[in-house]
Amino acid sequence: MALTLTLSACAGSGDDGNGGDGGGDGASTVTIGFMGDLTGENSAIVIPPRDGAKMAIDEYNAGDPDVKIELKEYDTQGKPEQATALVAQAVGQDKITALIGPAFSGESKAVGAQLDEAGIPSISASATNPGLAENGWKFWHRVVANDNDQGPGIAEFLTKAFSPKKAFIISDDQEYSVGLAESVKASFDEGGVPTETDKFAQTASDYSSSVEKIRSSNADVIFFGGYYAQGGRLLKQLRDANVKTPFVSGDGSLDAQLVTAAGAPAAEGAILGCPCNIPSADVEGALKTFYDNFKKATGNDPAIYATEGYDAATAFIKAVEAGNTTSDKINEFLSTVEFEGVSKPIKFKENGEPEANDIFIYEVVDGTVTLLGTSAEATLK
Amino acid sequence: MLDDLSSQFLPSTVGGLAAGAIYALIALGYTMVYGVLRLINFAHSEIFMIGAFASLFVLITMGISAPLTGIALVGMLLLMMIVSMAAAGGAAVVLEQVAYKPLRKKGASRLAALISAIGASLFLQELFALIVIPEVFDTPGRNTVPVPRIADRDVLFSIGNANIRTDHVIVIVAALAMMIVLDQVVNRSRMGRGIRATAQDPEAAVLMGVNIDNVVRLTFLLGGAMAGVAGMLYAFEYENLIFNVGFILGVKAFTAAVLGGIGNIRGALVGGFALGLIENWGAIFLGSEWKDVTAFVVLVIVLMFRPTGILGESLQRARA
Repeated sequence: MALTLTLSACAGSGDDGNGGDGGGDGASTVTIGFMGDLTGENSAIVIPPRDGAKMAIDEYNAGDPDVKIELKEYDTQGKPEQATALVAQAVGQDKITALIGPAFSGESKAVGAQLDEAGIPSISASATNPGLAENGWKFWHRVVANDNDQGPGIAEFLTKAFSPKKAFIISDDQEYSVGLAESVKASFDEGGVPTETDKFAQTASDYSSSVEKIRSSNADVIFFGGYYAQGGRLLKQLRDANVKTPFVSGDGSLDAQLVTAAGAPAAEGAILGCPCNIPSADVEGALKTFYDNFKKATGNDPAIYATEGYDAATAFIKAVEAGNTTSDKINEFLSTVEFEGVSKPIKFKENGEPEANDIFIYEVVDGTVTLLGTSAEATLK
Repeated sequence: MLDDLSSQFLPSTVGGLAAGAIYALIALGYTMVYGVLRLINFAHSEIFMIGAFASLFVLITMGISAPLTGIALVGMLLLMMIVSMAAAGGAAVVLEQVAYKPLRKKGASRLAALISAIGASLFLQELFALIVIPEVFDTPGRNTVPVPRIADRDVLFSIGNANIRTDHVIVIVAALAMMIVLDQVVNRSRMGRGIRATAQDPEAAVLMGVNIDNVVRLTFLLGGAMAGVAGMLYAFEYENLIFNVGFILGVKAFTAAVLGGIGNIRGALVGGFALGLIENWGAIFLGSEWKDVTAFVVLVIVLMFRPTGILGESLQRARA
C-alpha cells in the first residue's frame, strides 16, 4: 500500500519562495487533520477538543522544532456522508499524515475503513461507541473509554460510596438513555444490589407517577439514564416531593443545564459519571496547568473532551518528536507510545482502545459541576 | 402489586389531578373552536406556549428571585394570569384573522384550514426558537428556559399517604374556577348565546342577526384565554419551558377533548381530569412508559361504546 509522504516545504505557500526550499532541516511540516462537527447542532461537544488539540500543537510549534505540525480542520457538521467526502479530500488533496477524530461514533464508523485503506492513523477524542474497536482497523485509536465502561464504572463507584441496599434505575425512552440505564442495572445485578426500575416518555413533563414509584421503593440511590433536560426536570420534581435520595446520572446529563433545569437547590449534590475528564477550577497538578493554559488560550473554561483532544494531539506530537513523519511510522509509534496524558495515562491496546478506561465522577457543588476524580478514587464532598 | 397500589394510589391521584387540570384548560380551546367552526385548531398548542412564556415574562420583568407568600403571592399569580390570558387570547384572535378568516371568506375546504393550522403552529414554534427566546429571554432558542420559583412547595395537608402541596391546590383550584367562569359565560351571557347559536346552526344564526365574525373572534379569544391560564399554571407548576412545550400537551388536550366529547365544554373538563388520572393510575401497574398507551387504550374503549365521548352531547345540541 502506497504511503502518503507529506513532508512539504514550509514556504510552499507560493509567494516568493525564498526560505528553506527543498525540505531541508528545520523547514518541514507535518499536516494533521482535525475532523468533527464544528458548526452543527452538537458542535459544543467538538469545539473544546478542537481547542485542546490546537493548544497542544501551538505549544509544540512555539518550541521551534525541526519538524513543525500544521493542524487542518474539517467540519463534518456531524454528518457521516459529509465525513466520507472530507476524508477523500484530506487524503487525496491535502495529503494529511494523521487525523484527530472523527469526533462522533457515526462518522467514525462511516470513514474507518476509508482511513484504514489509505493508511492514515487516527485518534478520536470523543467517539464512545463500543463497536468501533471491533472492525479490525489497524490505524484507528481513541483516548476515551467506551460506553460499555460507563455503566460498570458508575455502579462500582455508587456501591463503594453508598453501599446501597436497593437502587432505583430510571430513564426516558431514548436509545442512549435506555442503554445506559440497562448497563448500570446489569452491573448492580452482578454486584447483588436489588433494583427497581421505571421509564418515562422523552416528551413527558409530569413525572409524578415516577416520583411516587421512587418514593415507595425506599431505594438508597437513584440512577437516571438520559440527557440533562429530562434529568433536570425529574430531579426538580423529586426534590419538590421531598424525595431526598442521592441522584446520579451519566455523561448525557453532565452539563450546566442540568443545574438550570432542576434549579440550584435541587441539583445540589447530584452525582454524574463520564468517560471524559473535565478539570474544574479547583483541580491540582497537571490538570491545573491545563486548566490555566486552556483558559488563557481560549478565554473559556475547559469543557467536555478538551483534555482528550489535547492528549490525542500530544500522542501525534510525541511521534513526530521521535522522528516519525510518515503515516506508517507514526502508526507504528502509536502501538508503543506510553505517556502521562492530561486526561489519563495514554497507552493503546492492539485494537486501538485506550489501556486506561477510567470513568470520571463529578458532583454538583454550590451549583457547579465539580470533578471528584476517577470512579476508583473519587470520594464525595 | 397490591403494595404498589396502596402506596402509590393517593399520591398518583394528586399528580393526575394537577396534570389533568392543565389538559382540561387547553382542551376547552379545541372543543369551542371545533363546536363553532368544525375545525381542529392545531395551532392552539402554540397559543398555550405563548401564555406560558407570557407568565415567565411577567416574573422576569418583576424581578422575582425568591418565593413569595400571602398577598404578594396571590397578587403575583393574578397578574401572571391576566397577562397570560391577554397574550394568549390576543394571539388566538390574531391567529384567526391571519390563518383562518381569509380561507373562510373564500370558502376554502376544511382541509385547507387544517394545513393552515399546522403551518401556523410551526411558524409560531420557530418564531419563538429563533427570535423570541434568544432576544427576550436571553437563552439559546432550543434550550429549556427555567422559570423562577414563586411559591414554596409546602405540604398543606395530607390525605392518607398523599401530601397535598400548595402548588397542587393553586393549580387545581385556579383551573376549576376558570372553567366555571367560562361555562357561565357561554351558558348565561348574550355573547355565549351567540356562540351556542352558531354552533347549533350557523346559517339560522346569521338569519337571526348573529354576527358570525364576532362570534368566531370571541370563541378564539375565550379559548385562547383558557390556554393562557393553562400556560401560566404550567409555568408555575413545572418551572421549565421550551419552544415546543405545547406540542405534546396539545396532543393530550385534544385527546381529552375527544374523550369528554368534542364540542362539549363540560366534556373537556371531564376528559381532561379523566386523562390525567388514567395516565397516572395506569403507570402504577405498568410503569410510567405505558402512560400514553394506557390513555389511548381507554380512549379507544370509550369511543367504541360512546362514539361521541363520555358526555357525548355536543355544544350545538346543549340547551337548544
